Amino acid sequence: MTKETSQPVKNNDATSKTPKRIDEHIVEIVSDSGEGAQKAGQTFGTISAKMGNGVWTVEIIPAEIQPPTRSPAGASGIRVRLGSHYMTNMGDAADIVVALNEQVLYSRIATHAYKPGTVILLENKWETDPNPEIREQYKTAVAEFRENGLVVHEVPMEEECLKHTPKPRLGKNMFVLGMLCHIYSRDLERGNNEIEATFGRKGKKVVEINQNLLKAGYDFAQGNLDYWYEIPPWKRDSTDPLIVNNGNQAVGLGVMASGMDLVSMYPITPATSASHYLAEVYDKVGGFVHQAEDEIAAVGFAIGSSYAGKTACTITSGPGLALKTEFLALAVMTEIPLVVVVVQRGGPSTGLPTKVEQGDLLASLYGEPGDTPKIVIAAATIEECFHFVIMARKLAETFRTTVILLTDANLATGVQPYPRPKAKAEWMAAPIDQSDWKKGVPPFDWDEETGLSPRPIVGQAGGQYVLTGLAHTNNSKVAYDRESNQRGCNMRSRKLATLYSTLKPPKIHGDQEGDLLVVGWGSTLGAIEEAVEKMRAEGHKVSSLHLRFLSPLEPGLKEIFSRFKKVLTVEINYSDEADAPLIESGNRRYSQLAVLLRTQTLVDVDCWGNVYGQPMQPGLICEELFRHLNAMKGEN
Amino acid sequence: MFGLKADWSLDIKQRYFTLGDYIGGEPRWCPGCGDHAVLTTVQRICRDKQLPPEKTVTVSGIGCSSRMPHYVGTYGFHGIHGRALPVACGIKSRRPELDIWVATGDGDCYSIGAGHWLHAVRYNMNMTVLVFDNSIYGLTKKQTSPTTPIGFKSNTHPKGAILAPLNPLTATLGISNVSFLAQTIDWNPVHLYETIKAAHDHRGFSLVNIIQRCPVFSPEAFKHLQEDPSNLLLLTHEKGIPVEKNILRLFPNQQEHDPSNMSEAYDVALPELPKPVGLLYHNPEVPCYEDFSSVGKDMGVEEKLAGLNTALDQFAI
Repeated sequence: MTKETSQPVKNNDATSKTPKRIDEHIVEIVSDSGEGAQKAGQTFGTISAKMGNGVWTVEIIPAEIQPPTRSPAGASGIRVRLGSHYMTNMGDAADIVVALNEQVLYSRIATHAYKPGTVILLENKWETDPNPEIREQYKTAVAEFRENGLVVHEVPMEEECLKHTPKPRLGKNMFVLGMLCHIYSRDLERGNNEIEATFGRKGKKVVEINQNLLKAGYDFAQGNLDYWYEIPPWKRDSTDPLIVNNGNQAVGLGVMASGMDLVSMYPITPATSASHYLAEVYDKVGGFVHQAEDEIAAVGFAIGSSYAGKTACTITSGPGLALKTEFLALAVMTEIPLVVVVVQRGGPSTGLPTKVEQGDLLASLYGEPGDTPKIVIAAATIEECFHFVIMARKLAETFRTTVILLTDANLATGVQPYPRPKAKAEWMAAPIDQSDWKKGVPPFDWDEETGLSPRPIVGQAGGQYVLTGLAHTNNSKVAYDRESNQRGCNMRSRKLATLYSTLKPPKIHGDQEGDLLVVGWGSTLGAIEEAVEKMRAEGHKVSSLHLRFLSPLEPGLKEIFSRFKKVLTVEINYSDEADAPLIESGNRRYSQLAVLLRTQTLVDVDCWGNVYGQPMQPGLICEELFRHLNAMKGEN
Repeated sequence: MFGLKADWSLDIKQRYFTLGDYIGGEPRWCPGCGDHAVLTTVQRICRDKQLPPEKTVTVSGIGCSSRMPHYVGTYGFHGIHGRALPVACGIKSRRPELDIWVATGDGDCYSIGAGHWLHAVRYNMNMTVLVFDNSIYGLTKKQTSPTTPIGFKSNTHPKGAILAPLNPLTATLGISNVSFLAQTIDWNPVHLYETIKAAHDHRGFSLVNIIQRCPVFSPEAFKHLQEDPSNLLLLTHEKGIPVEKNILRLFPNQQEHDPSNMSEAYDVALPELPKPVGLLYHNPEVPCYEDFSSVGKDMGVEEKLAGLNTALDQFAI
């Protein structure tokens, strides 16, 4: 500790004898890409979860593979929110940030990730960089950060790491992990175990270097940083074991648990990691990942497999969904069971490939020319990413139709512990029926009331029929006459009404009536409920409900809406602000769920959202809810 | 149903399929269309090989030729334009025991579905792919197709097609894993039968380009081939398509071509004329994708549950 910048830093928050007990914190590690920030953060999240904390982690991903180093656009890293309760979202501003260079922080500041008082532990090697330009950039940035109220501590991470490795760039992330382990009173041994698990394959030497760096970071924080916290474990009602993974891994596990034979996919961000995971483990349940030549072939292959009685799904994102539409219409028209998982990202067009949006709802419902009624469901948590795949397969087969399961980039990369599912045989697809097809039964033996019908599977003698995307009779015979097409459309649509009749009205979070009802869908659940809790604690009459079924919608909505003075959807997609120039009731474009709800309930549902490409934050929602409540007061 | 064996014992099969078992709806193709010949040939081969109709699937895209599934008595899949091959491959992927026929056309396969054609050759899944190549879009009424001759007048090119036609033979030969490529003509039923039968015998992706007359929209495209058989080149070889003596007479141009010889296949396939008729290339050793994709298809529930539990435990905390 020779340099001034590495003097021990003092923090009034903590005494040096015992760690300060806190309820929760938000931690970020930000760096250039390739410096291992995500690995360090994920490991920190895993250790925290294992020590009983509620955890939510979200990755900070640059869109390019090799963005320029030391640039705001290249910010790569991770946010870990941990606390003594169940964590459902990434929260608002960070409490402690570890940054490996100062430039990457600019992009985080631009997204309002920090607040005055946010502590920045900043790599200080840039201060003495041989390049005078870099030295100047560093100096300017540190001054600017301090001016804006950030608490910057300059930490000699490189220098400390050099004591243990000649290549500090490769191991600095473990030093960072070590610092965080001390700051949050994490068990160092757990860190050692995680390193063993990660690097074990690379040999003893690599494990040892990384463990030394972890210890060095830990010791450095103990000796030099006066931030020391304790976050007591989350008191769970149950002692059932937990598992921790991200939403795409949960989708992969769901595919395995549903007994699906095949995933047919084409690489697309942010969906592909689900298939990466499956490609590693799918053979354990006899499954196969087919990487098709394009998005269209991917869904066609799945449809072929499903037509032949095997269960298949395709996993994609918005642009892939757009390419698949003609095949989706075929699957709906010919009543082939099909599961399509859409991991939504920012659009339109190539849009924001690595960032979140809930922009594919209406495309999922209405993306195809003609009437293509299909089931659309959306997972709201990582746990639901698992269970909804199983549900989707069952729905697809029961209703002999296409089921689109919507998740998004926030769920895909978010990591959260949830109760370990108990694997059940009944989740698995049944073996295909190869008995003789009953004589005289047509391939579409529609039940007039429900639209449902049994499906002949290739191999069933006497069941031979020709599936066709042309208008057809119940015998699957091409028919251009008026009644046949009308009937086919009726029968396919009726299946949704049948499903609707089996659904329960959604549960309301908060009071059953009040001033303002917030309606959401998908990954915003945690942020919305946290915001509503906060508002209710302050005495506001705000409740929320969260939809899982989007097609058909869940029943009872109109009646529920009538119990609130105002209904507002909160969504991560585009809508015109009501007071924007030229906007009036006749031309305002609403958020996608709001469009659906207004159509279906004839209630004047308002909407709020944005397309920042960021997960919804409870603080932002609170601000918006205040604005609406105040406006409502004004109206009274 | 009955057959006498060499030892004079009577072999009674439980099921014997007649041509009737492979007949579906009545074909709605134009009189004189070459598609009729292909349809009846496929039905005869199914009968001769006694393929159980319920274990056979005829898959197609969109176009005149793609109506074929409606006319056969097997399971059928009449899908969307250009996409027969992904569907066929998907069907085969986890049910390799099924017999797959694909009916497609020059527009369906070589234009809108061209990407799938390339990759399906690479996958080399065991199926018989019949490309009804009439050098025109028929169902949509006379538009230029990828194999339409340059200068040919169509509704999209009334002054004559601008581009040189795509050569499906050389293109296919250029794709890795190509394992069976043949060309035949719809107006020689014997050669048509032998070629499609050889294609079906091959384990792998058998592509047969069938020069097929469209009497309505492109009759002139084939006139020179029919009227002057010297515009055709019959490929002969002991490993090729078997040709009877009386057929040999019909082809003034003949060449002994070993179908395992790739570079010679390319030489034969390249010229605009004469058009080769026969087996251009055959390699029975190329691995089939279904040998990978179907692994684990029969795994029992207990084993699957164990696998799932292992996977879940990897995320345990």
